Amino acid sequence: MKTKLLSVPYLVWMGVFMIVPLLMVAYFALTDDNGTFTLNYITDVGQYANVFVRSVGLSVIATVICLVIAYPIAFLLSGLKQHRSMTIVMIIMLPMWMNFLLRTYAWMSLLGNNGYINHVLGLIGIGPYKLINTSGAVVLGMVYNYLPFMILPLYSVMEKIDPSLYEAAGDLGCNSRQVITKVVFPLSVPGITLGITMVFVPAVSTFIISRMLGGGSNLLIGDLIEMQFLGNAYNPHLGAAISLVLMVIVLLIMTLMNSFDNEEQVLV
Amino acid sequence: MKTLGKIALVLVLLFLYVPIFVLIVFSFNETKSRAVFSGFTFDWYIKLFNNRIIIRSLINTLIISAAASIISTVLGTFAAVGISRMRKLPKKLILGATNIPIVNPEIVTGVSLMLLFVFFTARMHFEFGFATLLIAHITFDVPYVVLNVMPKLAQMDPNIYDAALDLGCSPIKAFRKVVMPQILPGVLSGFIMSFTYSLDDFVVSYFTSGPTTQTLPITIYSMTRRKVSPEINALSTILFLVVVIALLVRSGMFRVMEKRRNRQ
Repeated sequence: MKTKLLSVPYLVWMGVFMIVPLLMVAYFALTDDNGTFTLNYITDVGQYANVFVRSVGLSVIATVICLVIAYPIAFLLSGLKQHRSMTIVMIIMLPMWMNFLLRTYAWMSLLGNNGYINHVLGLIGIGPYKLINTSGAVVLGMVYNYLPFMILPLYSVMEKIDPSLYEAAGDLGCNSRQVITKVVFPLSVPGITLGITMVFVPAVSTFIISRMLGGGSNLLIGDLIEMQFLGNAYNPHLGAAISLVLMVIVLLIMTLMNSFDNEEQVLV
Repeated sequence: MKTLGKIALVLVLLFLYVPIFVLIVFSFNETKSRAVFSGFTFDWYIKLFNNRIIIRSLINTLIISAAASIISTVLGTFAAVGISRMRKLPKKLILGATNIPIVNPEIVTGVSLMLLFVFFTARMHFEFGFATLLIAHITFDVPYVVLNVMPKLAQMDPNIYDAALDLGCSPIKAFRKVVMPQILPGVLSGFIMSFTYSLDDFVVSYFTSGPTTQTLPITIYSMTRRKVSPEINALSTILFLVVVIALLVRSGMFRVMEKRRNRQ
């Protein structure tokens, strides 16, 4: 009984600084300045449907690109000797240890109208192109910042697959493509779902990448929330309502991903 | 798939490193141009070291990260020990709640804490600054400690602790001599994780800091918003080198430890 009490300070802390603030978000979203219940702010979120569509759309594109790039790399790494693959994984993860603002800033200066890419293109006589402040630049920023989050879970799942399974599948008449689709793919589903969550959740809620690379015309959900709390459009009620909707989106995607995992387990 | 993987790997490494490389090269550029390299200089580094705001925010970041991760480690380790002794249902509920700050979008964590702090500042003599930042950092750090220590406790045989008590240890001594050595790796990795998350955090700090106490990521952000200055490039270069050295030291330490283990 006594030992259990050791967790009391933690429980109190998390109650006060995590549960209460989240309840406050819900409270602000559902009341007006006088504290009376209203659904106005929730319905107001509907006005920003285009921002939600853009956020989810760009994040889905970035997640798919990450998956397509990361999958063959993770498969290649899983076949290497462990000390070699660990070294390469470390090299892939290394830029992640630098603050993401600096990583994004690097692309800001590369993509800028007077940036390095346009300069190089100019030398061979093409351009300049408008690269920065486009939705493409935002997707690029997302892929650049979150790609390692896709490679890592895929690699750690594929690394555990017994390579003799590939031989067995081959002996039983699978061609190399069928080995991928019938053996590697089903066994890597937990890595795929975890990778999708780890890329999609930060991408859909970012507000800096869009501001630094997307200019003013590529507003995302995160920017919208930030503007309600720290920007000119100060309105914590609306901001809380948008945050609430964002949490629901994240929860939905995670439940969806979890359900895929469980189905696979039932099949196996 | 293998050849595809090799091509993709080379391209991805280029994609990951070329921007950083360009950033580093232009930290030595004489002019502010981000496209033409006109001449070599260390000026931006000298300017950086004389920039009081940056140095001040670096010190703030180190103090807050150290304080937050130490407090989180103590709070989280005790919590994990307590939780591990609970029955199945409360354990499951608490661990589920522990996951919330990790899973929740950072911006929501930041905004929710800001709402709480605004509530306090409106009613008490209390300002956004060091205290709010520290509270916010501890809040997103502790779950990492709890989740790192819990598995170590689960691996431990609970009878050992009881045996130590039977053999005359006081509960504190039993904890120090029996439990602590077994969970130490989890405690340490929880500490390191929370320290690095605190160092790197921008989003939550952005919503919970005041004008007086800025952390380095916040200063970097306001630098990127203002006029372009190669000081950022110089700062990036230094931070990149720190990261490379830290990771090399870490992997070197692992290698030494492995060799020792093999010898034994």
